[in-house]
Amino acid sequence: MSIRKTAAAASVVLALAATAACGGKEGNAGDKPKGGEVISGKYTVAKDVKLDSPTLKAAQKRGKLIIGAKADQPYLGFEDTTGKRSGFDIEIAKMVAADLGFSEDQIEFKTVDSNVRETSISKGQVDYYVGTYTINDERKKQVGFAGPYYVAGADLLVRKDEKDITGPESVKGKKVCSIVGSTPLQEIKKSKYGAKTTELGKYSLCVKQLLDGQVDAVTTDDAILKGYAAQRPSKLKVVGKPFTKEPYGIGMNKGDKALRDAITDALEKHIKNGDYKKAYEGTLGKSGSAYVAPETPLPRY
Amino acid sequence: MNLLFDYFPEFREGFLGTLSLTAASAALALILGIVMAGFRVSPIPPLRAFGTAWVTLLRNTPLTLLFLIAFFVIPQILFPGTSPYKLAVGALGCYTSTFICEAVRSGISTVPIGQAEAARSLGMTFFQTLRMIVLPQATRTVIPPLSSIFIALTKNSAIAGAFSNTELFNVSKLLNDKGYPTGWIFLWIALAYLVITLAISGLFRLLERRMEVAR
Amino acid sequence: MSASVLYDAPGPKARIRNRVYSVIGTLAVLGLIAFIVVRLNDKGQFAPEMWDIFNYAGVRNDIVDGLLTTLQVFAVAAVLSLALGVVLAVGRLSDHKAVRWFATGFIELFRSIPLLITIYALWQIFLTYKNDLGFAGDGTEFWALVVGLAVYNGSVQAEVLRAGINSVPKGQREAAYALGMRKTQVMMTILIPQGVRAMLPTIISQLVVTLKDTSLGYVITYQELLYQVQQIAGNTVVNDDYPYVPLIIVGGAIYVALCMALSALATWIERRGRRAKSGIAVAPAEQPIAAGDALDVIDHSEVAGPAGTATKN
Repeated sequence: MSIRKTAAAASVVLALAATAACGGKEGNAGDKPKGGEVISGKYTVAKDVKLDSPTLKAAQKRGKLIIGAKADQPYLGFEDTTGKRSGFDIEIAKMVAADLGFSEDQIEFKTVDSNVRETSISKGQVDYYVGTYTINDERKKQVGFAGPYYVAGADLLVRKDEKDITGPESVKGKKVCSIVGSTPLQEIKKSKYGAKTTELGKYSLCVKQLLDGQVDAVTTDDAILKGYAAQRPSKLKVVGKPFTKEPYGIGMNKGDKALRDAITDALEKHIKNGDYKKAYEGTLGKSGSAYVAPETPLPRY
Repeated sequence: MNLLFDYFPEFREGFLGTLSLTAASAALALILGIVMAGFRVSPIPPLRAFGTAWVTLLRNTPLTLLFLIAFFVIPQILFPGTSPYKLAVGALGCYTSTFICEAVRSGISTVPIGQAEAARSLGMTFFQTLRMIVLPQATRTVIPPLSSIFIALTKNSAIAGAFSNTELFNVSKLLNDKGYPTGWIFLWIALAYLVITLAISGLFRLLERRMEVAR
Repeated sequence: MSASVLYDAPGPKARIRNRVYSVIGTLAVLGLIAFIVVRLNDKGQFAPEMWDIFNYAGVRNDIVDGLLTTLQVFAVAAVLSLALGVVLAVGRLSDHKAVRWFATGFIELFRSIPLLITIYALWQIFLTYKNDLGFAGDGTEFWALVVGLAVYNGSVQAEVLRAGINSVPKGQREAAYALGMRKTQVMMTILIPQGVRAMLPTIISQLVVTLKDTSLGYVITYQELLYQVQQIAGNTVVNDDYPYVPLIIVGGAIYVALCMALSALATWIERRGRRAKSGIAVAPAEQPIAAGDALDVIDHSEVAGPAGTATKN
């Protein structure tokens, strides 16, 4: 009996190893992107950047910049099955990195899920973080912010055939999914809206639950939701009534003022020289969000 | 010390969450485990095979993977709209049932065949044999391993915290995110678990003592 | 089949009845499987596009990367947990009160706390002191996972080993002392080798638990097999759905295969052990429960045959 078992087990492992060894098709698995390919820009890399920032010095010493990002948000921060990252946040991250003297090859992107963001940033697991990260006072206690580089608003993603949910005031008693600790979730939990909530670690898990009928709506920033809707126009739609304001910032170590100023400078520079608009239209714009120029100068503190 | 008092409502919620998850999945696991043990000792080959497959597959799968199945496969194909709590209880219950099944099965096999044969030759029916000869003796050997199984279940319930359930792991995560010292959080959470696990082992020791017979 | 405790050898009537039940049972089991397959098919989970994702090099590499990472964590954690197990077991049997108490406290503390919480706390601590400890890249997650696994499983292995050491007949120890051997010598050359031998199946079964628990790395976002599988599933859109089902089936099969291979090894060693005539019972190759009852496991098994005493953490 056990010998047969071992043989069976071994053959499975062998079969797997064999399939893995012989390569396979190139390219990205799954459906072709519906809104067209997302662009990936090139930015002029600054030379000999000198900054009194411990984070940057450590990065220069290791010759690599570690940037935290999302990996499951189409058009914002996404990693396909070939390992290529794309989206608006990724472009912003690259622009800033270029001004700090790091080319695209010198960036190491690290996927940081929303539920561990504060931990990851405040404890220096990443040098800075660009991933639909809302600036608020609670978070300012733990991390430093540069920006906002974009202002989103919480909205609702529902199934295409949904009729009952028309806005945040109609979710009473409905099941709404979002990720642990996100701002829209805390908002929609309030008795004013009275939704039942499911909390998971990633938005893609919430979208899966929505597709399966486990929840009735997914709430988070409209920019994120539009990306998912654009991926599956036949099944999902965005309600289109934002009920909060979510200014996105770049998160970093709280004490590193030099880095914060340098990143703010970089953002302002790229907003002025048009890189920002180009990046926006090549990524997020394709999911149906109209371009709104961010307000400059950016706040500093 | 302050940490516990400042966040007492959260700790209480988490504690009760762990308790209720453990109790509900323990009940499910007991029922499923006994049914599966019945399958595994039955004279009907397909049921035996089903029981064996159930135990082998579930036991060799990481619990975290079972949670993924419960949350992202089961709703899609079987029961849409099930609450995270029920799904978590399902995953924990099914996983734990395999261990209970094995404990019950080995408990039954501790009863010497001669006794059952003697019972049958006295003219006892199947159910009489089961009720008066096999079960009383099997229960006694099953109780100690059950205690360990339920303690393990209590600890495994922490994984449900990562899947939209309020329990102690969730509390530990919440407080860590707020930036409190990890060591203290760890100690308080550990204490909460100790209370539950000690209660379980105490309960079972009591049961054991009550069932004890002089031989 | 031969007579069991519950059932008499079937006579002609019972044989017919069993055959009828067999048919009904087969139909029921097949029906259940068919139902699940049909439902999966209805939801398009068997569409060729769903399974075509495994033909892509990116997906395959990710799975293989995840598998190798899982194996790497397992290997390091297994070695560390065994080493820690020996140290703690010897500590708990020490003649010095302080050492004995420390070992007992350590074992009891870490055995009673969910591994997930230990790993999470370690992760937080490692992140805080990351620079002092010199971790780079994924180092923090890797070591949090490995140390967590080692501490927990080391505590369990210690109890298993202690049971093994206690199962060596007292006469052997006394004989060794009578020959003038020192305490350390007795422990290292007489007790531990025989204890390990007696408990080898249980030790390996606990290693299976260690292997399964590497998947807890998923929660602290360490890119082991389970995380990779979930990541691919969440980032691939196939026919407007996520390919969770195919990836879970493949990922699950890998885990089951690995665990079963390891369990089979334990069973094989157990059977080999039975041939030996050392007079020390070899523990059954079942997974130990929280093995606080490692001692119980042996006690019961003497009566119970293959004691089904088992669980992961």
